[in-house]
Amino acid sequence: MNSFAAAQVPIAAYLILAAVLFSIGVAAFLIKRNLITVFMSIELMLNAVNLTFVAFSHMWHQVSGQIFVFFVMVVAAAEAAVGLAIIIAIFRTRQTLNVDQIDLMKS
Amino acid sequence: MQLALFIIFGVLAVAGALNLLLQRHPINSALSLVVVMMSLAVLYWSLGAEFLAAAQVIVYSGAIMVFFVFVIMLLNAGEEERTTGSRAAYLVGFPGAAAIFCLLSFVFLSERRALGTTNIGGYLNHLTSNISEISTVLFTKLLLPFEVTSVLILVAILGAVVLARKEQ
Repeated sequence: MNSFAAAQVPIAAYLILAAVLFSIGVAAFLIKRNLITVFMSIELMLNAVNLTFVAFSHMWHQVSGQIFVFFVMVVAAAEAAVGLAIIIAIFRTRQTLNVDQIDLMKS
Repeated sequence: MQLALFIIFGVLAVAGALNLLLQRHPINSALSLVVVMMSLAVLYWSLGAEFLAAAQVIVYSGAIMVFFVFVIMLLNAGEEERTTGSRAAYLVGFPGAAAIFCLLSFVFLSERRALGTTNIGGYLNHLTSNISEISTVLFTKLLLPFEVTSVLILVAILGAVVLARKEQ
């Protein structure tokens, strides 16, 4: 038990966890049919990449990676605000959130 | 302790992400994304990024996810229905995601020796905190990008107001 408590985690484990989360985000982005859920899977992918940034920042003993994650968070907040406003505008004109029915540019 | 934290919150994050993928109702997906973000905050803390752990909880699971839930309730989004158009997405989605995962994990595992291990609290020398290190770099070397970000936020606010406003 003592050795378990002192056990260290390889950086590769954090990176693989981030890869798992990113792949689930990609799958959700392609499979989900609801516009809001597709947008949420983009946020999931951003979070997975943030985890790799923090892990590499830990590995190199530098704070630059953490500052990059901070900027990614700011951009994600701005993106969420604009994206959700676009979703509201789409819903107002099309009365649907299904991505298969929003095919105005596919003709 | 590091390993226990990693296992518990790593499994929680993956379970939340899978729940996001499998749930039909958007509000369930949104709440499972909150679980993913909270467990990622704990993982950030275990990697020695206290500031980012706090920012993750406040900005992501606080502000952004509340915004998502607000929009879901505003638009009264119901359960999504599967259509024939999504059959191709199924055929491409799972193998594509599996291929990305296999490629990434192959690279990470083959470079495992060079990547090394972590210990809790990380590189902190216990004299300066993580927040003071970040703020020193952010307000000296990266002052201009930091100020430009505020302009970006302002533009995003204006864009959101213009886009979501009702046409007169």
